[in-house]
Amino acid sequence: MKRLLIYLRDYKKECVLAPLFKMLEASFELFVPLVIASMIDVGIAGNNKPLLIRDFFLLILLGLIGLSVAVTAQYFSAKAAIGFATKLRHHLFSHLMGLSYNEIDHIGTSTMITRMTSDVNQAQTGVNMFLRLFLRSPFVVFGAMIMAFTIDVKCAMYFVFAIIGLSIVVFTIMAFSIPMMKDVQKKLDTVLLHTRENLAGVRVLRAFCREEEEIEEFRRCNALLTQRQKKSGSLSGLMNPLTYVLINVAIVLLIYSGAVRVSLGSLTQGEVVALYNYMSQILVELIKLANLIVTLNKAMASANRISEVFGINASITDGTEDFEESNIALEENYIEYRHVGLTYAGSAEESLSDINFKVKKGQTVGVIGGTGCGKTTLINLLPRFYDVTTGEVIIGGKNVKEYKQEVLREKIGVVMQKSVLFKGTIRDNLKWRKEDASEKEIMEAVTIAQATDVVEKKGGLDALVEQNGRNFSGGQKQRLSIARALVGNPEILILDDSSSALDFATDAALRKALKELKGNPTVFIVSQRTSSIQHADIILVLDDGKLVGTGTHEELLSACEVYREIYESQYKKEA
Amino acid sequence: MKTIKQVLHYLKRYIPLMLLSLLLAVFIVAFTLYVPILIGRAIDKIVYGNVDFNAIISILCKVIVFVVLTSLFQWIMNVINNKVTYHVVRDIRNEAFEKIQRLPLKYLDSRPQGEIVSRIISDVEQFADGLLMGFTQFFTGVMTILGTLIFMLSIHRGITLLVVLVTPLSLFVANFIAKHTYSMFMEQSKTRGEQTSLIDEMIGNEKVVKAFAHEEEAIERFDEVNERLKACSFKAVFYSSLTNPCTRFVNSLVYAIVALTGSLACIGGSMTVGAITTFLSYANQYTKPFNEISGVITELQNALACASRIFSLIEEPEEAEDKADAYVLEHAEGKIACEHVYFSYVPDKKLIEDFNLQVKPGQRVAIVGPTGCGKTTLINLLMRFYDTDNGAITVDNHIITEMTRHSLRKNYGMVLQETWLKAGTIRENICMGKEDAKEEEMIEAAKASHAHSFIRRLPKGYDTVIGEDGGMLSQGQKQLLCIARIMLALPPMLILDEATSSIDTRTELKIQNAFAKLMQGRTSFIVAHRLSTIQNADIILVMKEGKVIEQGNHETLLKQNGFYSMLYNSQFQN
Repeated sequence: MKRLLIYLRDYKKECVLAPLFKMLEASFELFVPLVIASMIDVGIAGNNKPLLIRDFFLLILLGLIGLSVAVTAQYFSAKAAIGFATKLRHHLFSHLMGLSYNEIDHIGTSTMITRMTSDVNQAQTGVNMFLRLFLRSPFVVFGAMIMAFTIDVKCAMYFVFAIIGLSIVVFTIMAFSIPMMKDVQKKLDTVLLHTRENLAGVRVLRAFCREEEEIEEFRRCNALLTQRQKKSGSLSGLMNPLTYVLINVAIVLLIYSGAVRVSLGSLTQGEVVALYNYMSQILVELIKLANLIVTLNKAMASANRISEVFGINASITDGTEDFEESNIALEENYIEYRHVGLTYAGSAEESLSDINFKVKKGQTVGVIGGTGCGKTTLINLLPRFYDVTTGEVIIGGKNVKEYKQEVLREKIGVVMQKSVLFKGTIRDNLKWRKEDASEKEIMEAVTIAQATDVVEKKGGLDALVEQNGRNFSGGQKQRLSIARALVGNPEILILDDSSSALDFATDAALRKALKELKGNPTVFIVSQRTSSIQHADIILVLDDGKLVGTGTHEELLSACEVYREIYESQYKKEA
Repeated sequence: MKTIKQVLHYLKRYIPLMLLSLLLAVFIVAFTLYVPILIGRAIDKIVYGNVDFNAIISILCKVIVFVVLTSLFQWIMNVINNKVTYHVVRDIRNEAFEKIQRLPLKYLDSRPQGEIVSRIISDVEQFADGLLMGFTQFFTGVMTILGTLIFMLSIHRGITLLVVLVTPLSLFVANFIAKHTYSMFMEQSKTRGEQTSLIDEMIGNEKVVKAFAHEEEAIERFDEVNERLKACSFKAVFYSSLTNPCTRFVNSLVYAIVALTGSLACIGGSMTVGAITTFLSYANQYTKPFNEISGVITELQNALACASRIFSLIEEPEEAEDKADAYVLEHAEGKIACEHVYFSYVPDKKLIEDFNLQVKPGQRVAIVGPTGCGKTTLINLLMRFYDTDNGAITVDNHIITEMTRHSLRKNYGMVLQETWLKAGTIRENICMGKEDAKEEEMIEAAKASHAHSFIRRLPKGYDTVIGEDGGMLSQGQKQLLCIARIMLALPPMLILDEATSSIDTRTELKIQNAFAKLMQGRTSFIVAHRLSTIQNADIILVMKEGKVIEQGNHETLLKQNGFYSMLYNSQFQN
């Protein structure tokens, strides 16, 4: 929570002025009963019409002042709350953008998105409400009490009791109902989960004829939700009736003792009316306060969730080195893995252990192995998406940790398993690696990626790409992702299983085109198909996180059992 | 109007309760309004030198009785209203959920999942909150206004008239503000939507963003939207927050008028001090329901909009019921025929035309073709997820539209490329097709599909709870579980849509043996990328753009020198 307050720093003035003006508004409201009392005691009793008229205008003036003061307060509080949220969003977004893969895995995308959207909005409302009401309500409550004391100390004691009683009722009910509401929310989540799941799995569920069982289960979750909702509703439904009784009992006592005091001559009739009016004001404000606390509670929960995210820092820290010509020029041992081991955060076992290999500049490296054997993990170490747990990854004679991340990643073109495009034009998407790429450069990359027909079909480079590229098919997205990685001639190109959505013919054409790439890049091809990598200069065979074979296709066929098995599983029948 | 009728249909069961609630509301309003009068009378008895204690005590006792009764009624009314609201929500959700199970896939496929979810979850909620709570509020609001009017009239006509004349001002002000802030709110929600989709895109694909060192640009784009949001949010929030102070000012205007005219009337003798007090507290109450009602009306409109969205889902025509005398397919032999089948998803876009296929029991049919060629369409038809437009598909010489869907589907075992697992234990997932399976049978199936070894390593083995859509399992592991599901159910016919696409080839090879055993004597349809799987098929269907362009076995198709042979040869080119 504290962590977030710094975003209010630029709005100190507003944060002071908003509640201050709110308090002013409240204090003008507190004068109203006194004016009424004077009208009754002096105006009516003394048949003083000019005084009545003066008081009438006084009431309107109080209203007008209240209005202008309130508007000012709303202005400041809106300004502070919106400014706060804007800053918070900016910093949160930047913070999230600064996280490394490890943390992204850990937090999860949907969590990050809700933190950015609904949680920030909730916090904004919280700040706004807090500035507006948090001082006002207690001020009115205590102000009314103090005013009562100035009128009559004895009668004012009832105010003290009423306030204590009301506070106990309001806060006890809230103390119990807030956890109950959380519980309701949880039950609602299960209903939501069930609905989503059934829509996503509708084919499987129907194939297994599970409709009735699912309905049964849904009804159960739903009934549970209803039961909890009713329980929590019955409790919070007590709030209004109980406070109503309390305040009216106080009023009854007040009037009785007021009557006693009037008969003794120590109080006037108008003053009794004023006391009565103050008591009514207290009730209204207390209810407002209770609602405010519910809002604040939600805001606090959101703020804490946001703080948690701020508390997570990127595990990868930036290096300082630029890529120098001498590094790039290094031909021998351009890339080297030395005793590399990696254990993912929260995992007990190593995902990669003791990996050693060397790659010359310009070589093509094939990486092959079964599902979950660590292929992607292996190549993810190269652009330093993750840091090694043991050993070193060397590019151009330097440990990747020494480079500036941006510099490192600009040298490497990556095509990931999951192809994504972003909202904008095709051109915008293809310029990600190089802001100032020319039409010619882009079209070259498109041609190599076998995506010429995609671009043509969509109507050129300026064709619009919808969010997440949903107006493109899987194969189209994949080819454009390849083109994106090629623009700007990367030193190192990584293709992580990036032809999975392509048919054999396109895949073959792509491989052929990649061979003729300009600038002699070092290429890593990750695949499950031996056909995709068999012509590589070096093939790395992974099995269960270990490097079980290094060499060319022919060497491995005779020397590496795992490789042979993979190869045969794909070619036995044809051979 | 139609929507209201449908709403009433759901309320039918609760009408007695609702009437009771309304009756209680009448009492509550009447009592709440009566209490200030009593207090006003009590105050009138407090005159210096002439305080009538007996009268005051008896009035105050009355006040206590009424107050206690009001609170009691109020609580009962709350409980009743809650009950009605939550029960209606429950009923509608149940019905909507059942509807999902009975809707044709055509409907479900053509709509984003999120849209249907939001109808069932948030629309239902908003509908219930808005309509039922709104209704009670509206009712009590109107009652309060009427009651206050009557009570006020009974005290003093002239002042009442004044109050009635001035109050609409508050409504007018609230309306004026609402109308002028509407466009600001629209702007805000539009910008917010824009920002959310940017967040969704950039955070959702953050790994790509980082891989391209594109963070700075992303933040720049974000900030641009963020600044715009700041500007329009401020307007919307500030201007809409004027409603309260402004209506409050109108209230104080009314208050002042009542105070002045009341006092003057008091001097003239047509009113007492107590009556002024009563009047003042009425003046406060009288304007409140007006403000509430104007809010309630928009809420009601919104609720009706939600309701109509829900009802359009609930009213959607269901899949045609199985005929009463529908054939029950017991244990199919596996003879399948498609005769002159025509099908298309959209009427004017022809897809499958005059498709014919004869499959003998136990034969293996492979479906080949580039992505998006319509392989899944065929599965949709075989499983009767969709019905043919023309022509017939038969199983064991029975037309599938004339048998029960359940009996047809029970005879198929289906593994889809897009794996789907239920949130629950591994056990529940494997035993989905055969709930009474014994422990040994289940483990046997898991072993056959090579899932046993990884399941064993999970924290709680077969009782490990997996989250929504498989949670922490890898794609390959999920696929193994889906295969285990089929290995356990052992249905007479199989549909395998890229069933092993996420499993590495070595494991796949091992599963193949199990599959081969499974397919023995079972008619099977296999969609695959890998030509090795396809070669051994008895029939190969080559599909392109939704149409079957070639049909035959490996040899005959190669000889045809068509699309298949091109596909086949391309894998050897380099």
